[in-house]
Amino acid sequence: MTDDILRMRDITKTFPGVRALQEVSLSVRQGEIHGICGENGAGKSTLMKVLSGVYPHGSYSGEISFDGEPCEFSDIRDSERRGIVIIHQELALCPQLSIAENIFLGNERASRGLIDWNRTNHEAGELLARVGLHENPVTQVSDIGVGKQQLVEIAKALSKRVRLLILDEPTAALNDRDSAHLLDLLRGLRDQGITCVIISHKLNEIAAIADRITILRDGRTIETLDPTSDEVTEDRIISGMVGRDLDHRFPPREPRIGSEVLRIEDWTVHSPSQHGRVVVSKANLTLRRGEIVGLAGLMGAGRTELAMSVFGRSYGTNISGRLVKDGREISVRSVRDAIRHGIAYATEDRKRYGLNLIEDIKRNISAAGLTRLARRGWVDDHREYQVADEYRASMNIKAPSVLSVTGKLSGGNQQKVVLSKWIFTNPDVLILDEPTRGIDVGAKYEIYSIVNRLADEGKAILVISSELPELLGLCDRIYTLSAGRVTAEVPRAEATQEHLMRYMTNGQADHGDARTTSDDPGPADGSGRPSDPTNGQE
Amino acid sequence: MSATAPTNADVAVSGPGPGEPSAPAGGSGRRLSINLRQSGIYVAFALIVLLFSVLTDGALLQPQNISNIVVQNSYVLILAIGMILIIIAGHIDLSAGSVVAVTGAIAAVLMVEQDVPWPLALLITLVVGGLIGAWQGFWIAYFGIPAFIVTLAGMLLFRALTLTVLGNQGIGPFPDPVRTLANGFTEGYLGNVGLGPLGGADLFSLLVGIAAMAGIVVVQWRSRVARLGYQQSVEPLPLFVLKLALAGVVVMTVVVQLARFKNLPWVLILLAGLILAYSLLTNRAVFGRQIYAVGGNLQAATLSGVKVKSVIFWIFVNMGVLAALAGIIFAGRLNQAGPTAGNAFELDAIAAAFIGGAAVQGGVGKVVGAITGGLIMGVINNGMSLMGAPSERVMLVKGAVLLAAVAFDVWTKRRAGASR
Repeated sequence: MTDDILRMRDITKTFPGVRALQEVSLSVRQGEIHGICGENGAGKSTLMKVLSGVYPHGSYSGEISFDGEPCEFSDIRDSERRGIVIIHQELALCPQLSIAENIFLGNERASRGLIDWNRTNHEAGELLARVGLHENPVTQVSDIGVGKQQLVEIAKALSKRVRLLILDEPTAALNDRDSAHLLDLLRGLRDQGITCVIISHKLNEIAAIADRITILRDGRTIETLDPTSDEVTEDRIISGMVGRDLDHRFPPREPRIGSEVLRIEDWTVHSPSQHGRVVVSKANLTLRRGEIVGLAGLMGAGRTELAMSVFGRSYGTNISGRLVKDGREISVRSVRDAIRHGIAYATEDRKRYGLNLIEDIKRNISAAGLTRLARRGWVDDHREYQVADEYRASMNIKAPSVLSVTGKLSGGNQQKVVLSKWIFTNPDVLILDEPTRGIDVGAKYEIYSIVNRLADEGKAILVISSELPELLGLCDRIYTLSAGRVTAEVPRAEATQEHLMRYMTNGQADHGDARTTSDDPGPADGSGRPSDPTNGQE
Repeated sequence: MSATAPTNADVAVSGPGPGEPSAPAGGSGRRLSINLRQSGIYVAFALIVLLFSVLTDGALLQPQNISNIVVQNSYVLILAIGMILIIIAGHIDLSAGSVVAVTGAIAAVLMVEQDVPWPLALLITLVVGGLIGAWQGFWIAYFGIPAFIVTLAGMLLFRALTLTVLGNQGIGPFPDPVRTLANGFTEGYLGNVGLGPLGGADLFSLLVGIAAMAGIVVVQWRSRVARLGYQQSVEPLPLFVLKLALAGVVVMTVVVQLARFKNLPWVLILLAGLILAYSLLTNRAVFGRQIYAVGGNLQAATLSGVKVKSVIFWIFVNMGVLAALAGIIFAGRLNQAGPTAGNAFELDAIAAAFIGGAAVQGGVGKVVGAITGGLIMGVINNGMSLMGAPSERVMLVKGAVLLAAVAFDVWTKRRAGASR
């Protein structure tokens, strides 16, 4: 077609051990709003980073042409010069600078090296009018709400003479009113000839606004839906997102489920950075001996926040609710309390939160249970070595010895070290947050086998995962979480991907009250967004 | 057990996948580079000693000069022990020099003006040092102010306090026992023995040296046997013996030279005790391990149940106590507590830690490394002044050595990162 503004052909991008994109193709027409859908980890963000030059030419294979000309961007400035601007999920504004300063950051209105403040503020005012934001350009960005900050980002894009605007989850942190305003603005920009690519988990929004929708799954393009010829409904999009055959192999297991170990009652957690925002709302969960329970939810649903708040209040403020362990209410106010009560949590981000990468395997394995190896404060380092070496053998950690530095291990082996660390604390309840993220298929199988083994030993296991097939293949029972609320509890026999996805996406519109209104000023620390630990690389 | 048909073994058959590099082939090249990073500092120290021995026609290793190097640098070495713990945890202390001054001043006021018995005065001074450390540790650990700021403020505060306590003048002289601790030597309890061409030497000193060496050998050997018992890998026996022999030669050379001069300096015995205790603490104690965990990955340590705040608090308390000890020794050596005492000592201690292999980001470092770093600077100072070099040139060389040491650390880390 000749009216394509953007064509990406056969884009393949690999990270060490993981193929993030595999021969992905995308074409976007001049002047359309193009939606991109896919599960977490489907490759949406990676694709946009390739397009905007975050991953420079040469680090991927395939071709990009913009306006009919081939593009080889070496960084973001390159792509911005051509009129491609990306607005990330994490807003890239400097909270301590004014709106006008942010808009022209790196692109200052200056003559002979001196900033022309009159011109800066005047032009900023015009741009703000275009995006429908009624604020003084000299207002400090930290003084306006998240919804308005999003508009400042768009004004900033417009100042760069944007031709293709990419928005990554623009409405994830917005309430319904701000979202509606944003979508209206995008329609207005389209009428001015600006092409938009929008990534969103909110399928109702995508279905409402997009002219065409491309669906990614497992790093591949699945299909492009065109509402003029196809009938596009949320269900239709969902079936494209999840319609993968269950060719993953899961080790078989016959669950032997025992008595209740941990009950989480009316668990409510507030955001530590955004005052008054409820992240988890009155959640009720039950975990039983020998049972593997799944927790499904899209990014931002509050899965990690729920897990970390239970694990010794490692996340959140103003936490209320009850934890009942073995029939008795327990008080877990710190990580040490959690470990003492037999609760373990293996984080989703191994490198940032799970491991000391500059230390060896031995010291990482003993990190959480060091007191078990010590007498009167002194560590028995021979026993420590022995223990670590036993785990190296039983978990099949591939390393020359337990003295190898963990930073040099592959993702799968790092994960086995993290699991060893927590198993050594001898927990009754193990919470595994994205246990197979960034791990290749062979190692995944090993992790699943380990999880099964732990359940057979009578531990209660809660698995958080973005991959629905993983939950379906591994778990006996699955909770779905949407916008901080538990929306369903589904036994494995009744669970299908479509079924779960509906509960994971639907809750959001119904429970909009879980979020604050737009008049709520931004967080005092000016961070703009909640520090959402789930916002890892997608 | 349920029917788990395919087990780990099946996966093992399929072998390491493309993204799962098999056990990194422990190539000799890599092992060598790791060893270089760990032992480079000791090699560098040996080379520097050798260089200055040649440049000074052997004056560097004369009995009296070795004694001078130990005594002149003792307080910086004591500070370096406290500083390395702080740097491992990822913090810094800029106030150490001022704390040395104020504790020296307090000791002087107590002993000289108030006539407090010296052991009690010593104890009070150490407690005051601990309280100063607790004050700074509180702001850093529990209030969340960066250590750089808190200790920069402390640097001014405690210098001001020094001037106030002293009334802007020196106070002295100190009682004899304190002077002996700072500046004195062990008595010739057992008389002298002849060492042939080397002349007479103190028997007691020699025996202490032999005992220390025997201790090292026994500890190393027992650890080796225990490791073998647990089927851990150990270095080949010849290398093991060679290392011990080298250590023995170094220890005995120093001891024999000292025994020929005036016997063992008391501060050397104190230092040896501190080095031993803090090496044990960092290697073997739960608390020591937690310092490395905090510096290596703060979040991971927190999520592993380490009481991060308490760890940080106590290493600053520890620093305060060690600074007080250094303050007493420094004042005792000069026989007077002065308003400018300890000026820029913190910088020497920080430099010692970094030259000794501490990582700028924290999580890495050894007590012995920091001591070696401190001795490198001490030898450069001493050697160049023996050669009659002007002080500006000494400073120039010390600055270059510090930069080179840290550049080497960053470089090896970047190479390691690239091969990841």
